[in-house]
Amino acid sequence: MRHAPYPVFVADGQGTLLLRSDAAGALLPGARPGAVFTDVVPAWLSAAHDALTEPGRRAGRAVHTPVSGAISERSFEAHSSVQDDNSVVWWLIDDTDHQLVRDALQMERERTEFLAKTSNLLLSSLNLERCMDVTAQLAAEYLADAALVIAPARGQRLPVVSCLRGDSPVRSQESADPDDVPGLDEALRGFPPVPSRWIDPGVAPDWMVPADFGPVGSIVITPLPGHGVAAGALVLLRRSGTAAFTEGEEVFARLFATRAGAAMSAARLYAEQAAITEVLMRELLPPSLHQISGVDFSGGYRPSEDHERIGGDFYDVHPAAVEGEASLVALGDVCGKGLEAAVLTGKIRNTLHALLPMADDHQRMISLLNTALVNSHHTRFATLVLASAIREGSGVNLRLTSAGHPPPLIVRTSGEVEEAATSGTLVGAIPETRARTAAVTLAPGDSCVLYTDGITEAKGGPLGGTEFGEERLQRVLAQCAGMPSEGIVEHVQMLASQWVGKGRHDDMAVVVISAPRTQHLSAVNGRTRGRYTS
Amino acid sequence: MTTRTPYRPSAGEAVEDLAAELWKAVSAADERAATDAVLRALDDGLAPESVLIDVIASVQGRVGEEWAANRLTVAEEHAATAINERAVAALSVHPAARTNPDRGRITVACVDGEWHALPARLLAEVLKLRGWHVDYLGAQVPSPHLITHLHRTDTDVVALSGSIATRLPAAHAAITACQAVGVPVLAGGAAFGPDGEYARLLGADAWAPDARAAADRLARAPLPRPQHDHQPIDDLPHLGDQEYSMVSRSSTSLVRTVLTALEDAFPAMRAYSDQQRERTAEDLAHIVEFLATALYLGDADLFTRFITWTARILTARGVPAHSLPPALDILARELKDFPRAARTLEHGIDALAPDHRNTAGKTV
Repeated sequence: MRHAPYPVFVADGQGTLLLRSDAAGALLPGARPGAVFTDVVPAWLSAAHDALTEPGRRAGRAVHTPVSGAISERSFEAHSSVQDDNSVVWWLIDDTDHQLVRDALQMERERTEFLAKTSNLLLSSLNLERCMDVTAQLAAEYLADAALVIAPARGQRLPVVSCLRGDSPVRSQESADPDDVPGLDEALRGFPPVPSRWIDPGVAPDWMVPADFGPVGSIVITPLPGHGVAAGALVLLRRSGTAAFTEGEEVFARLFATRAGAAMSAARLYAEQAAITEVLMRELLPPSLHQISGVDFSGGYRPSEDHERIGGDFYDVHPAAVEGEASLVALGDVCGKGLEAAVLTGKIRNTLHALLPMADDHQRMISLLNTALVNSHHTRFATLVLASAIREGSGVNLRLTSAGHPPPLIVRTSGEVEEAATSGTLVGAIPETRARTAAVTLAPGDSCVLYTDGITEAKGGPLGGTEFGEERLQRVLAQCAGMPSEGIVEHVQMLASQWVGKGRHDDMAVVVISAPRTQHLSAVNGRTRGRYTS
Repeated sequence: MTTRTPYRPSAGEAVEDLAAELWKAVSAADERAATDAVLRALDDGLAPESVLIDVIASVQGRVGEEWAANRLTVAEEHAATAINERAVAALSVHPAARTNPDRGRITVACVDGEWHALPARLLAEVLKLRGWHVDYLGAQVPSPHLITHLHRTDTDVVALSGSIATRLPAAHAAITACQAVGVPVLAGGAAFGPDGEYARLLGADAWAPDARAAADRLARAPLPRPQHDHQPIDDLPHLGDQEYSMVSRSSTSLVRTVLTALEDAFPAMRAYSDQQRERTAEDLAHIVEFLATALYLGDADLFTRFITWTARILTARGVPAHSLPPALDILARELKDFPRAARTLEHGIDALAPDHRNTAGKTV
C-alpha cells in the first residue's frame, strides 16, 4: 500500500486517517496517520467521506461513483471502496490533463457551432445594414456584454450599430472623429494591418458605451477586414464585473471578425453594383402611363425571364410638345430577348425621341429609324407600331402605322373588335421601307389596343401547346368593351399569363389608348348626389 | 398625428352612404363619379383609413359576391376593380392622406401569379397612413424580384398578399425565400384560409385577416427575425411522396385524358364547339390545379370546399353540375396509384353526392 503509484488514503468510520501511501503524503503533507481525515483533505473529499460513513448507512464492500475536485491546482478523481469495518479506502487519480482536454474540446465545439451559425446568418443577406445588425447581435451574444459595429464614415458621420446582450441592435449615425479613439482610425482604414487593440475604458467616448451599460471593465477594438478594403471595425465591451478578454478569446474574435468583414464587404459591393444597374436600367424600363390631354394611356410589360425586368419589347408615350398637337405612342419588339435586346430597344427609343419633330409623318419617322438601324453595327431588326392620338370633342382621333408589327385592335363600346387597316415592312433589315397609315376615330369608351406577338404567340392553355392566337385575343377584347384602359391592359396580361402557366414565353407588352367615357350628368354636381338620393 | 390613433368606426352613416354611392359608380363603370365621391367624403372629414377599409374594401367584396352570383362577368369584375383602384389612387394624393413616414420600412407584394392586387394596394395605403415607409411591388411578384428588392432595401417586414388558394405553393416559396435572407413575413388574404391556417402551415411569421388587423399587428410589436435552421420541407413532410410534383407536372395530359373519357361517357359533349370544349378543359385544368394544391398542403378539405363551391357557381350560371362527379371518377381512376390524390378525390365525390342527385333530378 505504501508504495502504491497513486495517492491512497484509508480512513475509518469515525473520520480518523489510518493509512496513506507515499504519493498521498507528497500530495498532502499534513495528512499523517492519526489526523482527523476531514481536517486535512479538501472539502469535496471530506464531504464524500462523511456521506459514505454516515451512521445508519449499511456497511459492507461496495464500489461507489467516483467524485472529483481540485487539490492544489490539479484536478483529481477519487474512487472509494468501503470495507467491512466501515473504513474507506480512497484512491486518487490525477485527471488534470484529461479535464483540460475535455474543456478545450467543449469550447472548440461551441466555437465551431458559433462560427457555422455566423456564416449561415451572414451569407444569407446581401444587405449592408442587415449584415451590420447580425454582426453586432452575434458578437454581443457570444463574445462580449455589448458590441458595436462601425462602418467607414460616409461624409462626416460614422454609421454605427450597437447591441447589448439579449437586446435588439440599435442603429445610429455618430458625428465623431475616429482619430479621437485610439486604434479606431487604423481599424477603419484597414491599413497598415493592425491587431486587435485594448483601449482604456476611461478614454472611450460616450457614444461607444450603450446607455444603461454600467461601468465598463474592458474594451477591445478589432478591424473587420473586407475584400481588399476595410469593411469597418468591431468594438467589444465587457462590464467591470466580467472577466477581461483572454488571448484565446481575442484570437477567436478575430476569426469572427474575418467572416463578418467579408460579408459586409460583399454586401457593400453588391449595393454599389446594384446602384449602377439601377441607373442604367432606369432608361430601359417601360414608363408608367397616365392621362395626357384628355386621352387615357395605360401600358403593361412582362419580360420573358422572371428574374429580369427588361427585355426586347418596349413602349413609350410622348406628349405633344405644343398643346393642340397629337401625342405619339410607340410600341415595338426587337428580335431577341434579354439584356442585349433591351439595349437595342434603348437605342430605338432614343432615336424615336430625336425624331419627334416629324411625328406627324409616320412614314418618314420609320424610314429614318430604318436607316439608322441598318447602318448601325447591330444585326438585329425590329417591328413597331406608331400611334398619334389627339382629343377631338369627346372622341379621340388616331393615326396608326405598323412597321411589320401586328396591327392594333379597336374595341368599340358595342363589343365589336376591328383590326386597324395598317401594314408595313419591319425596320433594320432592308434599306427601303413601306408602310400604310390608318386613320381611326375613337368614340367615348372606345379603346385601341397595341400589343406585341408575345401575347398572341403565347403557347399553353388547358390542353397544353395551343397558341393564344389573335382570334382568342379579339374574343377577350370583345368582353372588355367600355372598360378603363388599365383594366384592359391588366385583363389581357392576366389571361395571357394564365394561358402560358408555368411554360416559357416571350416578352409581352400591351398599351391601350382610350377615349374617356363621357361623364354622367348626375355626377357633375355631386354635392347633392348620394346624400339625398340613396 | 391623428392618423396614428386606431380608427373607431363611429361615422357609420357617412360610411354607409359613401359605400352605396361608390357601389353605384363602380357598377356603372363611372370612374369620375367614384373618385368624386371618395374625394368629397375626405373633404367632409371622413378618415382616409375608414374610406379604404370600410368603403372601398367592402365595395370590392361585393364585386366578388356579385361575380360569384353571375350578376357580373369576369370582364365587368375587372372593370369594377380598375375603378376601385383609381379611387384608391385619388385618395392617396388627397391632403388628408399625407403622412410622414416615421416608423420602419415594409414591402407589400402579391404572390407570384396573383393578379388580385387591390387587397395589397389597400394594405399599402393603410400602412402609409399609419406612418410606415411602404414599398408597394404590386400584383404577381416573382420571388427573384422580391428577393432582389430585399437585398437592395433595408426592409423590416414583407407583407405578402394572396387571394387564390392555387398560388399557395408559390406563396410558400416566397415566404421561405424572404426568411432565408433574414426578413420576416406577414401573410394575408383569402388564400391563407379564414383563420390563417395556411399561413401557419407554410411557416409565415404572422397572419392578419384584413388590412386593419395587419396594421394593428405591426404596430403592436416588431416581428422577430426568422430562425435559420428552418427548412421548407419541415413544414410539409408529406411532400416526400412526390404526389404533388407528379400531379402538377402531368396536369395537361390528365386534362386531355379526362376530356376524352368524358366525351365517351356523354355523347352530347361531342357536339360542343371548340370554345365550349376549351371552356370545359379550363374547368378541368382548374380542378387538377386545386387537387395539386390540396396535395401540396396535405389538406383534402381544401379540395372539397373548392369542388362544392364550383358546383354552386356552375349552377348559378345555369350550367348543370352533373359532369363533375364523373370527371372526378375518371381522375381518381387515372391517379389510382397515388393514395393521397385518390383519397382527396373520393372526399370530393362524397361531398358532391347530394348536390349531384338534385341537379341530375332536374336535368334528366
